[in-house]
Order: sequence, then C-alpha cells, then structure tokens
Amino acid sequence: MSNPLRDMEEPDVYFCIGTNMTEAHPVAATRIKKGLARGARLVVADPRRIRLAEIADLHLQLRVGTDASLLLGIAHVIAREGLVDESFMAERTTGGVDFLEHVREFTPEWAESVTDVPAADIERAALMYGGAERGAIYYTLGITEHVCGVDNVQSLCNLALMTGNVGREGTGINPMRGQNNIQGAGDCGALPTNYPGFQSVLDPANRAKFAAVYGREADLEKGMTKVQALNLAGDRIRAMFIDGENTVVTDPDRQHCEKALGSLDFLVVADIFMTETAELADVVFPASGWAETDGVFTNTERRVQRVRAAVPPPDEARPDWWIINELARRMGFQNFEFESPKEIFNELCELSPLYHGLDWDRIEHGEYQWPVPEAGHPGTPRLHEDEFPNGRGVFKLIRYRDPAETLSDAYPVWLTTGRRLASYHSRTQTGRAKGIDYLLPEETLEVHPDDVAEWGLEDGGWATMASPRGEISIRVQATNRSPRGTVFASFSFADTPVNDLTGGGYDPDTDTAELKVCPVRVTPREGLGRGGTGA
Amino acid sequence: MSDRNGRGGESDGAGAANTLTLDGMEVSFEPGETLYEIAERHGKMVPTLCYDERLEPFGGCRLCIVELEGSRNPVASCTHRAEPGMVVRTHTAHLETHRRTLMEMVASENREVDVDPLSGYASQEMATLVDRYDARTGRFAGHRSGVSRPDDDNPFILRDYENCISCYRCVRVCAEQEGDYAISVKNRGFETRITVEFDGLLKDSACTFCGQCIQTCPTGALADLKALANRDIPGETEKTRTICPYCGVGCSVDVMTRGDTIVGVQPAMDGPANEGALCVKGQFAFDFVQHPDRLKTPFVRGDDGELRPATWDEALDRAADGLGNVVRKHGRHAVYGVASGRAPHEAAYMMQRFMRAGLGTHNIDNCSRA
Repeated sequence: MSNPLRDMEEPDVYFCIGTNMTEAHPVAATRIKKGLARGARLVVADPRRIRLAEIADLHLQLRVGTDASLLLGIAHVIAREGLVDESFMAERTTGGVDFLEHVREFTPEWAESVTDVPAADIERAALMYGGAERGAIYYTLGITEHVCGVDNVQSLCNLALMTGNVGREGTGINPMRGQNNIQGAGDCGALPTNYPGFQSVLDPANRAKFAAVYGREADLEKGMTKVQALNLAGDRIRAMFIDGENTVVTDPDRQHCEKALGSLDFLVVADIFMTETAELADVVFPASGWAETDGVFTNTERRVQRVRAAVPPPDEARPDWWIINELARRMGFQNFEFESPKEIFNELCELSPLYHGLDWDRIEHGEYQWPVPEAGHPGTPRLHEDEFPNGRGVFKLIRYRDPAETLSDAYPVWLTTGRRLASYHSRTQTGRAKGIDYLLPEETLEVHPDDVAEWGLEDGGWATMASPRGEISIRVQATNRSPRGTVFASFSFADTPVNDLTGGGYDPDTDTAELKVCPVRVTPREGLGRGGTGA
Repeated sequence: MSDRNGRGGESDGAGAANTLTLDGMEVSFEPGETLYEIAERHGKMVPTLCYDERLEPFGGCRLCIVELEGSRNPVASCTHRAEPGMVVRTHTAHLETHRRTLMEMVASENREVDVDPLSGYASQEMATLVDRYDARTGRFAGHRSGVSRPDDDNPFILRDYENCISCYRCVRVCAEQEGDYAISVKNRGFETRITVEFDGLLKDSACTFCGQCIQTCPTGALADLKALANRDIPGETEKTRTICPYCGVGCSVDVMTRGDTIVGVQPAMDGPANEGALCVKGQFAFDFVQHPDRLKTPFVRGDDGELRPATWDEALDRAADGLGNVVRKHGRHAVYGVASGRAPHEAAYMMQRFMRAGLGTHNIDNCSRA
C-alpha cells in the first residue's frame, strides 16, 4: 500500500475495485465503514454484489475481466470534465499529454459496450473520484489475477496520477496483500529477479555486494518464475524445495501442477501439515508454526512487526530457518552458521536499503513502516510524498485485451473465483479450527436465481461444472450476489477443487494466473449427491 | 504540561487559557477533551462501566460522575467537555457513596459477578469495581438483568444476558468499530434487552463473529466460548504479543496460553493495524496450531513408495543427497526453491540465501503469483 492503514479513515471518496475486503481483509474494511459513517462516499467495481457493494454509493457491476476498459472510460470522463490535477501532472509525472490524447477515444459508451456497466454510472464514478479532494484506490487480486493484471494496476496508477491522488493523507494506490507475510517474502528477496530489498539481480553493483557477503556469485541470468518452473518440471527443472505452500491446491490447473511435481527427480517440502503437496514429496520436514516461532512479518502497509513464540512446537518440528540452514550445511554450503532468527533478520537489514535502519531490537513495538534507510529514520508511512522512486510518475497507454479464454458454445458461463470470510486458502488451518464449519460447512457455487431456473439447476442441488481442464461436482446456491451468466466459487475445499478448472492464461509480465476468469459449463448433475467426480 | 495551543502556557488575558482545577490542582487540557479523559490522564481512576476509549462517550452507567462547581448535580465526566476555569472534584465522599450504591444495584441485578477472565479482554471490569466499592450485597435483590439465549448454538459467542448491565458497549462497538450494526436493543428500563435483528440467532443476523463485542463486554455476558472451553486447563494464563497468521493486514494479538497449551486469542487494543479489532479467523481460528494432524517428525519416502517417519539426520541426509544428485546430473539451475508467504521473514530470507549463496542460482520465488 502506498498509504498507511490509518489513512483508510480519511478519504472523501473510496474507489474499491476487485477487492472483497469485508471477507478477505475484514479489519481493514472496518476503517472504510468508519469513513462512510463520517460521510465519505464509496464506489465499488466488482462483478458480484458483494457486501462492500451493498454499502456503496455506486456499484459498477462489470463483466469479469473488463477492468481495463472500465478504467479507460473513467479516465476519459475525468479528462473531458476538466477534473485533471494539472499542476500535479506537470510537476510530478511524465507522458501525461499522450495519455490524455490516448483516452479521448474511450468514451463511456464504448466502455459500456465492453463492461456492461451503464455509461451513466461510469460518468458518475468518474465525477466522484475525479472530483474528490482525497480520493483513494483500494484493490486486491480481482485486479491482478488476470492475463492483463499489470495493465489493470497501471490503469489504476493512471487514474491516481491524473487526479493527483498520490502522496497525501487519504489518497494513494493501495493493494491489499492477501497473506500474513507475502509482503515480507518479497522484501526478503524470494523473487527470481530481486535480491532482498527489491535490488535487481541484473545490476552488477548488487551482484558484487551479495557475492561479497554470500561468498559466491549467483548466475548472471535472472531466475525463472514458479509458473515457468512448473512448466519446465521434469525438463530443465529436476528438483524443488517448497516451504509452506500447498501448491497443488492453491495454484491453477491442479492436474498440470500434480503432473509437474510428479515428474521431478526429487521434491522436498517443509510444512506444518501433511498437505496434498507434501504427500508428493520425497522428504517432508515438520516446520514449527504460528505462535511457535520467533520472527518477523511485514504487513500490507509495509509495517515490520515481530512475531513471537508462545508455545513449543510439537515433538520434532523445527523453525523453517533452522531446517534450511541445516540442509545447507549438509549440502556442504559455506557460511550457513545461523543460530537464531535475530542473526538472520539482522543480516537482512544490513543488505536491504529498505530495512537498513532497522534491526531485531528496533522492531520490538512495530512502529516502523519501510523504507527505513538509516538508524534514527522514523520510517515511511506514506510513499511518494515528494517524489516517485524513479523521479516522475509515468503514464502508461493501456488498451483493453480479452481474457485468455472467452465464452463459447461449449463453455458459455463465466466462472470467477475468490475468498470467503470464514475460510482461508486451502483450509489447512481454518479447516482444522473448531467451529468454523458452523459458519461454512462446504463450498457452494453461487448462481443467479434466474440462471438456476434456466439451466435446470436446483437451489441446494448438485451441479457439474466443467472447463477445458476438467470437471467437478459442486452444490448450487441461488443468490443475487452473482449477475446473470457469471458464477462464483472459492477454492478452499479439497472436495470441491475449483482449481482443477482454472488456469487458462497468465499475465505475460508477472506470470500471475488468470484465476478470476474461466469459461465453464454448468449442468445439473445426474443422480443424487456428489457421485464420482469426473476427470 | 505545556499549553498545546502554542501559546507558551501563558494566559492571553481573555480567560482563554485551557486550564481547569482538578481536585485542587490546576491542569491544562486540549479543546474538546472530556473531563473523564483529563482525569484519566492524571491517574484519578474514575470508575466507569460503559466507557471504551475507542467509542463515542455514552454516559450510561453514571459511575464516572464528578462534582462541578456551579452545577447543582454531579455530571457524567465521560460526556462533559472541559471548559476553562472549571473546578472539578473526582472523589468526594458523596460521589463515592453514590458510586457504591450504583455498583450494588448492578451487582444485585446480575446472576454472577465473578466470571472467568478467559471470557474476554474487559470481562473483569465489573468484578474489579464491585470489589473496589465493597458492593457484594443483595441490597437490591429482586430485579434481574436480561434473558440469556442458550438456544443460540453458535460455537464462538456466549450470550449470557443474565449478566448484562445494559452498558451498550457491545451495541456501540458493533456499530462504531465494526460497522456491522448487528447488535441492537429492545425495550427500556428493567426490560432493556440486548438482542439482534428479529430477536434471532447471531448466525442469522449481520454478525460476522469478529468478537469485538466479547472483548469489550465488562461483565462476561458476551463471552469467548472457544477460550472458555479451555477453562479447566490448569495454570496461570499468560499472554504473548504477536501478529495474526491470516491475511496481510497484520493485526496485533495476544496469544493466551496455559503451560504449553494455547487457550485463546485476544486482540491488542494498541495494535497499530487493528486497534483492538479482529475478524472471525484471527479471533477464533487459532487452534489449528495444536491440532493432532500437525507433522511431528520428518518423513522420507521408503523403497515401497510410501512416506514413513524418519529422524532429522536421516531426512536431512536424504534431502541433501537428493538435491545434490540433481545438481551433479543436471546443474545447479535444475533446482527450484519456493518460499512461503505464511512463514516469517527468516524462512523466506534463508530460502533465497540457500538458492543464491548455496546453489548459485536465482531460481527462487514465493507464492504471490497464485
């Protein structure tokens, strides 16, 4: 997030797109609800009538995968109505002239033809966000899990840049990170392109710096993404070491994923449970879990916080860092002599410009948000206040692209996937917490009541849902949350493996899978109950 | 304390200096501050049951009354804003008598005064004040509090309204902090009942089971059923401050333990990301950690193709051999590492270090692309 969580109570206008925040980030959503109680207005863009849409002043119910065209239409209106922050564009950005010219052709009427959102609503949304003194954008995976995820994010940046809604209280571009420490995993350099602190592996100065500390050079080439690695499993990739990820359930196209992991010469998994992924491994290490491990998480607002062990891990389970360090020693690697998480975190701080002013003791109370460039620096709750990392904010000329797969006679329904409040990812955790089943005993397919009738389904009955990659059985729930022609399910439940179906395409820049759009066929399931699941 | 209006602490002659007399001492205050806030700042320990600093002042319990010179009756300090020149007394004999009477009334209205501290963060407030005012009498026996809802079979929130004192903290926290307006009130006076829409079950209301009501309840009328289920585990309850393991918001929590057992979770009221809020996962879905399904030993795949338990030595050697063989046969770029977005920094940092410093490849990623 460019802005701190406490800023979430300050905007005049919220623009939330592709974020089911009351379910996926409920505590952050409470701040928006407080802002609304104070009189702020809320625009929600989402294909489904989610809770956030119910409390919004305006709900733009766009067709799945058409975010870029909606955002072009909004930019068109902002430009046409003279709501552009000209001094901000002149002083802080580049490419603005071309951008304003670029959006002239993308009228709200054109955007309506792509998104199904009435042009009048696109106008209203543009006037609200464009007219706000403090306009803030919040988004989640509904923006990024598309073949055009990067385009979507850049489209949002364009809106913020043209209206000057950056670098001030109650503004900003704010992605809500989905996992407790997914921000931290990136910060720590668990990326094929970046050393810790997002330092490019292609920069010779960075290579020299890390070679000096690590005692060896890594290859000059950047590594490949996990998606590429799974595609090349059994070919160029012959072994994997997976820490704490249930890859076969949470990644798209489960069959492909299982086949990839099965084709490896060797698979090592460290986890806290015998997950579906661990079951494929040659060696499984028992890791210590939450509340058993001392360490550090960084949250979605870049706040670096200590986590602490409250109880010992079960029997032989050990912290991940210990397991990796020990395996490195057995491999004969040099300079793996760590004895505490403190030593490891302090080495990270030495090497990362973003953490350079931090160490284990300084983060005791969690008051720092990175970057913290040197000791004594107060941290940076709000990014881009004076300048952007590369000087000026750059406008990108985006055009709408179709999803990887579009509707056909064989697969005439849009499936979009997401999260539910009471479950988390593949339920390895929430599925083992007492009482959660009371709120959410099973996965259901959300279908508009008129579609339920038209497709010959029954509310509460069983359906077969198929994509080119497979088919699953799932119970039908008739609900107005879904628009006509679009169905929704989460991938949480092992017996409803929705990711057997997904995986039609990936963003070419980030390799992020298009989990939000998947054409499917939904038909009544013959016979009673779940029956044997096909394919 | 210096004048925060930047006037250097001196009166400007127009009587606008923000000072008042608190128990005989001249103190300064900020415009808009309530008498309760000023008294708290000076450690006056003014009692209250309906106050939660995160919520709008309510003035319901009347325990926080103070004497204000020029005012015929005592005033509720939580709702009364400070004005320059006020003369305020917080602990006169008259006030203390009045407070004791009020405490005796609420104590005799409730079925129990002593509730298990596992009930919730604020659950001991009532019992503490009853003791402070020595108010354990049956002086006002006869009237009873609300009607409990044993029919609500939800596994998270106890609704024992016979211990309710109608302080409305649950109603207000649900509206003002959570923004869900699930909890409401029906009737008035002795018939006051805390309820939800259509008097039904929480599950059928707008409740999201975030638990904020159980944490602000001062009597344990609304209480944490998952924590209370562990009440028979022996030992003192200890709290460890950490961060919730679920989404990226990073809510601060206190993990409650007895011995080596996790018995519950409470939100940290001073957590920078959450300021006392949690959701159903952070509040109630903690017990996966000590679930019997946890991996307790390493496993290696045996000759029969099945995974079997192994010692650390055996598993580490096996993994080192397996990865080493691939490196020897196919080169170091044939190995790929995936770090977790769930484990702490030290795991992700070591994973990339293993790949880069150990193997010499940038074949490392995390789970953020899915």
